[in-house]
Amino acid sequence: MSQIHVSTTINGDPVEYLCEPDETLLDVLRDRLGLTGSKEGCGSGDCGACSVTVDGRLVCSCLMLGAEADGKQVGTIEGLAEGENLHPLQRKFLEHAALQCGVCTPGFLVAAKSLLERNSDPTETEVRYWLAGNLCRCTGYDKIVRAVLDTAHDMKGA
Amino acid sequence: MRYEAPDTIDQAVQMLAEADGLTRVLAGGTDVIVQLRSGMVEPDLMVDIKRIEAMHAITAEGGGFRVGAAVSGAQLGEHEGVKALWPGVVEAVELIGSTQVQGRATMAGNLCNASPAADSVPALVVAEAVASIVGPEGRRDVPVDEITTGPGKTTLAKGEIVESILLPARPANSGDAYLRFIPRTEMDIAVVGAGISLTLNDDGTCAAARVALGAVAEVVLLVEPAADALIGSRLDEAALDALAAAASAACRPIDDKRGTIEFRTKVAGVLARRAAVIAQTRARG
Ligand SMILES: Cc1cc2nc3c(=O)[nH]c(=O)nc-3n(C[C@H](O)[C@H](O)[C@H](O)COP(=O)(O)OP(=O)(O)OC[C@H]3O[C@@H](n4cnc5c(N)ncnc54)[C@H](O)[C@@H]3O)c2cc1C
Ligand code: FES
Ligand code: FES
Repeated sequence: MSQIHVSTTINGDPVEYLCEPDETLLDVLRDRLGLTGSKEGCGSGDCGACSVTVDGRLVCSCLMLGAEADGKQVGTIEGLAEGENLHPLQRKFLEHAALQCGVCTPGFLVAAKSLLERNSDPTETEVRYWLAGNLCRCTGYDKIVRAVLDTAHDMKGA
Repeated sequence: MRYEAPDTIDQAVQMLAEADGLTRVLAGGTDVIVQLRSGMVEPDLMVDIKRIEAMHAITAEGGGFRVGAAVSGAQLGEHEGVKALWPGVVEAVELIGSTQVQGRATMAGNLCNASPAADSVPALVVAEAVASIVGPEGRRDVPVDEITTGPGKTTLAKGEIVESILLPARPANSGDAYLRFIPRTEMDIAVVGAGISLTLNDDGTCAAARVALGAVAEVVLLVEPAADALIGSRLDEAALDALAAAASAACRPIDDKRGTIEFRTKVAGVLARRAAVIAQTRARG
């Protein structure tokens, strides 16, 4: 197979890579670019651990080809914190103990950030529906939902 | 596998038509990439249609809307005009998958993947939506209920691509609705789906109706006796009972882990009934 040359932007930085035509964006991020924050839970769109944004839309990077990212703006979990400064969602996840093993956490954070960018004051129901494509086998979800609602509350006050 | 992302539909058609071996159109990829990764399909060529600018457009046409084949569920759900005219179609598309899946999944992909349980298809069938198809022989417009012939099977010829789906204009006092049953509230495949579109006369009686059921046969069923049960009535109990009975009578479902034949048959009637009442409420405005 001949590899495809892709020029894209990841977390604001221009990035170029070669990938196989049938390689997913998730595999490119993890195996070629060393961005291992995005996780593979299922590889079939069911768990959301691989969540990224592409041109501002939340998607599963396991259900997108690396080749499709050409010319796009990709946002991953690595773009959340600014240096040592955690994103408010990250701080609230720690405060609320909204993670245990942590495998689902990057996906939840990317998805929650995308929600708050569209809806700065979501109801609990809206948070639960928005995050329905993110699975967590440890926390029971409640702490995650509280952390997201609390972040929205604080950001509004700020 | 070769991956191509042409800028025009003519190039895309030519690539698909000239290719040897197995080809696949790539729209949102939420079916085809799953199939690719699991080895269910091994295409020699995949043609991504998302670089074709016109395919991302939703345009007003003759009182209805033409929805490009690359429009995602999320994009459709943000369109106030389509939501106001065909709320049942939009709610059906929005039931597909999670927020992440909505970011990519298309209505045309849902149709062309040809699953009997595809959520948007009953809603499109009752809307009398028309697929505009471009292929090596030119363009043809085909009602959506003539696209699928069985699980994974369509009437699209080699090289043909659905370019857009037209949701037509509709008379005043019309409404549509789609309901599905799944064992949880999100992220599952329909056990039964029911789409209804109807138009009311000024006196509130039903002037016209269409009823379609998903996941109860090898293709989505347009059930005329169920529509006949509504036409002329005010959707009183007797008419709704007749609708439910006709819907159940049309079912020829499979037995599987999601639902037994008996369960699906019963639920089809229940959902048709509930969807009819929602469509009626919407038609009254
Ligand atoms: C986690 C998850 C949950 C899901 N939940 C649901 C659900 O609740 N309900 C439901 O109905 N589906 C569901 N699906 C299935 C899928 O998301 C939908 O069928 C979706 O609408 C497919 O659209 P797509 O654009 O991603 O299609 P693709 O995967 O890109 O394509 C699907 C098929 O159609 C062909 N095709 C696509 N576009 C065209 C075109 N324009 N012309 C000709 N052929 C074309 C492709 O070649 C392929 O064979 C789910 C999938 C996942 C991964
Ligand atoms: S790894 Fe992508 S959704 Fe599970
Ligand atoms: S913390 Fe372990 S899966 Fe969510």
